[in-house]
Amino acid sequence: MARVALFIPCFVDQLSPQIGLDTAEVLRRAGYEVDFPKAQTCCGQPAFNTGYWNDARPLAARFVRVFRSYEAVVSPSGSCTTMVRNFYPELLAGTSSHGDAVDLGKRVFELSEFLIKVAHRTGLSAEFPHRVAYHDACHALRELGLKQEPRELLRHVQGLHLVEMPYSEDCCGFGGTFATKFHMISAAMGNSKAANAEKVSAEYITSTDPSCLMHIEGILRRRNSPVRTIHISAILATRVGTGVAPSRLSESEGAKRQESDREAIESQELTNAPGGQQ
Amino acid sequence: MTTPAQEFLRSAATKSADLRHRQILRHSIDTYNTSAAQGQARFLDWQAARRRAQAIKWEAVNHLDKYLLQFEVRVKERGGHVFWAENGEQAQKYIVDLAAARNVRTVVKSKSMVAEEIDLTPALEHKGIKVWETDLGEFIVQLRDEPPYHIVTPAIHLSRKEIAALFKEKLGGIDTDDPEKLVAAARVALRRAFFSAEMGISGVNFLVADAGMIALTTNEGNGRLGTSLPRIHVALTGIEKVIPRLEDLAVLWPVLSTAGTGQAVTCYNTLVGGPRTKDEPDGPEEFHVVLLDNGRSELLADAEQRDVLHCIRCGACLNACPVYRSVGGHTYGTTYQGPIGSVLTPHLRGLHEFQHLSYASSLCGGCTEVCPVKIDLHHHLLHNRRNAVKAHQRSWKERIGFRLYRWTMLHPSWLALAGRLGRHAIRVTHALGLGGSALDPLRAWTKDRNPPPIPARSFRSLWKERRGAD
Repeated sequence: MARVALFIPCFVDQLSPQIGLDTAEVLRRAGYEVDFPKAQTCCGQPAFNTGYWNDARPLAARFVRVFRSYEAVVSPSGSCTTMVRNFYPELLAGTSSHGDAVDLGKRVFELSEFLIKVAHRTGLSAEFPHRVAYHDACHALRELGLKQEPRELLRHVQGLHLVEMPYSEDCCGFGGTFATKFHMISAAMGNSKAANAEKVSAEYITSTDPSCLMHIEGILRRRNSPVRTIHISAILATRVGTGVAPSRLSESEGAKRQESDREAIESQELTNAPGGQQ
Repeated sequence: MTTPAQEFLRSAATKSADLRHRQILRHSIDTYNTSAAQGQARFLDWQAARRRAQAIKWEAVNHLDKYLLQFEVRVKERGGHVFWAENGEQAQKYIVDLAAARNVRTVVKSKSMVAEEIDLTPALEHKGIKVWETDLGEFIVQLRDEPPYHIVTPAIHLSRKEIAALFKEKLGGIDTDDPEKLVAAARVALRRAFFSAEMGISGVNFLVADAGMIALTTNEGNGRLGTSLPRIHVALTGIEKVIPRLEDLAVLWPVLSTAGTGQAVTCYNTLVGGPRTKDEPDGPEEFHVVLLDNGRSELLADAEQRDVLHCIRCGACLNACPVYRSVGGHTYGTTYQGPIGSVLTPHLRGLHEFQHLSYASSLCGGCTEVCPVKIDLHHHLLHNRRNAVKAHQRSWKERIGFRLYRWTMLHPSWLALAGRLGRHAIRVTHALGLGGSALDPLRAWTKDRNPPPIPARSFRSLWKERRGAD
């Protein structure tokens, strides 16, 4: 069985562990052995995007060392994939890591991209009977050129009704530190996105990027919208006939384990924090 | 005194929350998008046209000296004057002095962003010269005493009703919101100006080197009237507008009009090569071309961002920009708005004061996607950010923050620890009802959003446990 390395973005590791588990589940179902190189931390994008290239560079070099022995690296984020594939060559130009970085860039994939282009899998026996709108996350769309890949996967999910919202290619307004430094612009863009999903009566907005979704989810909740967000890996990790809940464990593991795990991961819903509103 | 950055934040907050403003821009840009898509479909291969346009501009910009000198020689051969202005003051002074020397009382101006860049109109008015903006959009914003809102569509932020009210107040005797009648009213006012003006000032869309001519594109014919009726024609432009050959217009004219408005070709495309010759029935007695540098040759020396000089000022990147659509043109506080303005302004007016524009972007790349001459706009925003950090222009808090981030991320165990502490801190502050307070690690995030659910454990910890059990 072919082996792939999981590249779990740092904020997914810390704030959305379920997306990591779902990604592993989907890859296993597609027939891959999944490895999580535990030395990984962050790809360096926050520093790079804010202009701190000297702080990003050692992290990039480190990332290349951690992952270079793998034939394929898969990430549930188009943005972090972009960082490695598109920006490492520029960031590491003139360093000893440059050659490895360029090579590695060709072997790092966003999840939907990997499933379609490398694994050639569309049907993954998932079932998600809901109206879902796909938001074209900017890096996946414009840096990686992924437009049809995630849609193709979604179309093969049983019961899923894929709807197109207007301006699906418009940025949601996340943009890393932009989301806090220019929060009013970010929120305006997020609210446009939310309104567009509401217009087509989507139950869920899905996308390839957990960061965009975290932002959109926060905006949706703030405006008391009925729409929710869900990462594409969570949809693909569902199983036909087992209901709608995203799978949390692989089949081999027992139900008891599943229960305790569910508790362990159970997210604590925070109360609405309206603080700081002007 | 507030800095441009503070002013930007203040204005951005107001405009972002202004739903009516957003609606007006959205409507106008939707119309543009429809036309632009139709326009692109008229090309056999729009992407190939973009690449060709890029190649032409690349050739010109990378041989700027050669083509500019060639242009100058040709213009002078036909009796025109060429003035090389190192900066805005020199350009302004040349034109104001010329107007004074020729006893000019009235100037008709067609659209020129470079004139905005060098504050030409106030300088002329200061000398008692009446300046008429003859582009309809510019005419409207001039009546409102404000700068253009957009490079191509200066009055994009105004509804028909607002324009009607403005005309009623400023032009007198007009009380209608019928677009045709409004245009007719502007026409009456402008015709008088065209016939009385001693000097016409125009911008330039392309300086054609081999022909020694300026190419001028307008939709209203005002460029043609303003450059042929008055005694003196002054064409004002940045040095980057030069193109090698007349035949390049076969690509650049339709590319400009498609990207700018979606038209196949703009209504009036004019080539002006010099003053009226003996056998010509009309045209100006004097023809002056003012070539402005104003920081452009420094940009030329910057190999990384040289392609910014490819810009043909079509405005497509503004239309594609979600930030522009949210905050509008005036918020930028710059001559050139939108992505091209955010990239270019630090080079023209200093990185220190205008670096904030490079940060005021989600880096979505919509601008780069539409740019007809393929300027790497959103990546240049990253380059400007890097340059700002390199020049020590960022806050010490941010610098320390990223240093700490780097140290943490170099050690997986530190990341795990920091994550655990961070999640704990969030839960505790929120449990204590301190969400949004100064103690809340998420306070910047939760100004406009609800906080995400905070998991008890990280992925790496869950994964480790499972692997251990395997």
